[in-house]
Amino acid sequence: MYQYFYDLTGNTILATLIVAVFPLVNVLIVALIGVYLERKVSAWIQDRVGPNRTGPFGLFQTVADFVKMLQKEDATAKDIDSKLYNIAPVLVFTGSFAAYAAIPFSSKLIGSEAEVGLFYVIAISSLVVGGILMAGWSSNNKYSLLGAMRSAAQIISYEIPTAIIVLSIVMLTGTLSLDKISNMQTAYFWNWNIFGGAEFGITKFLLIPFMIVGFIIIFISTLAEVNRTPFDIPEAESELVAGYFTEYCGMKWAMFMLSEYGNMFAVSAIVSILFFGGYHSPIGYLGNTLGIEWLIPFEQAFWFLAKGWFFILVQMWLRWTLPRLRVDQLMSLCWKYLIPYAFVNLIIIGVISLL
Amino acid sequence: MKSADDIFEILKKEFGDSILGIDKETPTEPIISVDPLQVYKVSKFLRENSDLQFDSLMCLSGVDDANGNKTNNADGDEIIEGGTFSVYYNLHSVSLKHKITIKVSTSRSEPKVESVENIWKSANWHEREAFDLLGIFFLNHPDLRRILMPYDWDEYTTEVSRHPLRKDYKNPEFYQGMKVPY
Amino acid sequence: MALKTEHMVLNMGPQHPSTHGVLRLELEIEGELVRKVTPHLGYLHRCFEKHAEAMQYNQVVPYTDRLDYLASISNNLGYALAVEKLMGIEVPERVEYIRVIMSELQRIASHLVAIGSNGADIGALTPFLYLFRDREHILSIIEETCGARMLYNYIWVGGLSHDIHPDFVRKTKEFCNYFKPTIVELDNLLSYNKIFIERTANIGVLPVDTAINFGASGPTLRGSGIKFDLRRDDPYSIYDRFDFEIPVGKGLMGTVGDCWDRYYVRIREMEQSLRIIEQAIDHIPDGDVQSAIPKRIKPPKGTVYKRVENPRGELGYFIVSDGSVNPFRVKVRAPSFVNLEVLGELCKGYLVADIIAILGSIDIVLGEVDR
Repeated sequence: MYQYFYDLTGNTILATLIVAVFPLVNVLIVALIGVYLERKVSAWIQDRVGPNRTGPFGLFQTVADFVKMLQKEDATAKDIDSKLYNIAPVLVFTGSFAAYAAIPFSSKLIGSEAEVGLFYVIAISSLVVGGILMAGWSSNNKYSLLGAMRSAAQIISYEIPTAIIVLSIVMLTGTLSLDKISNMQTAYFWNWNIFGGAEFGITKFLLIPFMIVGFIIIFISTLAEVNRTPFDIPEAESELVAGYFTEYCGMKWAMFMLSEYGNMFAVSAIVSILFFGGYHSPIGYLGNTLGIEWLIPFEQAFWFLAKGWFFILVQMWLRWTLPRLRVDQLMSLCWKYLIPYAFVNLIIIGVISLL
Repeated sequence: MKSADDIFEILKKEFGDSILGIDKETPTEPIISVDPLQVYKVSKFLRENSDLQFDSLMCLSGVDDANGNKTNNADGDEIIEGGTFSVYYNLHSVSLKHKITIKVSTSRSEPKVESVENIWKSANWHEREAFDLLGIFFLNHPDLRRILMPYDWDEYTTEVSRHPLRKDYKNPEFYQGMKVPY
Repeated sequence: MALKTEHMVLNMGPQHPSTHGVLRLELEIEGELVRKVTPHLGYLHRCFEKHAEAMQYNQVVPYTDRLDYLASISNNLGYALAVEKLMGIEVPERVEYIRVIMSELQRIASHLVAIGSNGADIGALTPFLYLFRDREHILSIIEETCGARMLYNYIWVGGLSHDIHPDFVRKTKEFCNYFKPTIVELDNLLSYNKIFIERTANIGVLPVDTAINFGASGPTLRGSGIKFDLRRDDPYSIYDRFDFEIPVGKGLMGTVGDCWDRYYVRIREMEQSLRIIEQAIDHIPDGDVQSAIPKRIKPPKGTVYKRVENPRGELGYFIVSDGSVNPFRVKVRAPSFVNLEVLGELCKGYLVADIIAILGSIDIVLGEVDR
């Protein structure tokens, strides 16, 4: 896509900017619809109605919230460390937004076709930890500090099972590029990685149970990475008021919220690319049957967004059903259960892929 | 299951002069009166004797009897001189299922009662409340300070406004710069 | 050379989403472990006992509502029983039956709030709203009877303020039939949820001797395994005519006396309350509920201590009368006040998140802690 715009404008900076705007628009739309959907879904689960006054069915609720936040006074506490305080939301947002550079939305809409896309995504989303620690420390508030400490421990620990499962997929497919991994799961849904991959043979059926285990492990680990219940100890409302972003208000708080929803979509996207076929459709392309070639990228974008949103809905569903885990239980879950299972999974998949 | 008379007999035999009497003129259950500075030994006996086994203190209440003389103090406020404070202990036994009420009377000018906090831990906060609201001083209490009123109440009030439940209490004029009666 | 370390003092201040009111807890923590907890009270002190000395006996009843505002009927009942004992008044049978039914309905409503907020503190936000939906049914029954949803002023000295309305029996029976499957749903959703059990089992274990010495009562005491209930051991009103069991904590998921046991006792108590209501609802005799209310309440000189089983524990009224129309001294022995002392003992060596779970399981209401 970058090449296309470079040819169009002849200027590297302009092309880069236009390419960067697409994921930004996506993050904003995800945040907009995500907040509204979270309130509606939580209301339906809890036997209530949710927002239904602003606009038909309350559709303009997030717009109203956003306008309210824009005009808020940026009140800051007195004894904060202002350099760190101001950089923290920027860092958190950058960490989650930069991951979109390597995620393919369809065969033509990719930010950068780097060969090491997957490695880049895992690495850049670790910037978030630095931002959270800065936010907690500079707020000069014991509650924020507690929340930031817990969050740092949680995110760093849960990156390990994520990385191990990603490694097992990489071993299977032999490439780190997200675009190529998607392209290996083309055609129909039985070619998806969760059903064993595209090559038909005995290995495909042997792999299915281990792929399912891998999917469950990576789903749980990425839930912990984005601080959603049952792992939302850093922002546990009934203990720490709001955790590491207690002292932020107005647009800075909105940055934290945007980055949370952006992160949610990014990890859903990664999971769907690794296991569920990325942007390929499960049932064939309308463009192919009708003979319209330029329809195919739009269909792929549609399927990609659908899969991403499906996982976001599952995450919301889990949030309003389960209580939250305590910090030491969370850490023991990661180190004593997920990591050994992920390792065993890795070894078995490695053995099978040699066959 | 013992009646109040039996309990009084047992206590009188054990402690003699510390037990001041039993009041049967009340419309409900009889009340045993005890000397204020001996109440610790009596309570320990009540808890540990195998016939009595009073292992639970239900309620400890301080009462301002208001039976002194009404005079005026130096600032012209009406106060009560003389008279007594009483502390009532309501005990019961979970195992033997009997109850008793003990009363202790102490003078209003120097109210001192022995604390029973070592025997029944629930007395800790009840005694703090009696100290806070009435001014009764409990000897040997580990942590006797105000519980319901603010901790700096003494700095902003005169003697007549220190303990709210006394009958001659008057609201202070100002507390931390805010006018109290409105 | 060793580093100098000290404990961090964290203030779970008066304004906090989960201290059930304005309670200030001063925690000394070392990382995440709690070394010492000191509660500071007095933020809701409204001088109930001083006000009571300035009013007449029947004017005190609305003020007793506001002590434990989630279980107002039990507060009214305790005060009315205390004054009736002092004066020697006998109330008609109809009044007794209605008092028992309203008390048990109130017990269910109060336990619903306790269980809901216990779950909400731990992170299960959905059962909180389901239980409040069920509580609406009870509140609408009571609203049709006496006009108020929360602070009823219903049980007066010598009788009741309003007689029950004609639909009362039918609606209460409908509620009983509606509520039984809800308890099963609550069990499935929250009680046996693995994460909830991990958060509450083996946390805040209260041994029986400590509980009795500290004066704990209600589900806090029964969760430690001892069957002590004032409706059975010191019966008042007509509770001795009904057949019900007393649930105790048996350590099903951990040790006897942990937070899960106290939570479990509350759920089973709701079932037993339904049983009592079903036994009483068909046998309400006829009569006039206001016939025994005296024209002027002037008790003889003396003292009385009467205790009732509040949903939170043993609520006691110690009334000293000097023969006039105003009470001389009214002392309220509030169950939450005494149960809160146990918190200092229970919290040693647990994490900050556990303090919230323990506080939720002790179930305090600041209105009666501070009076």
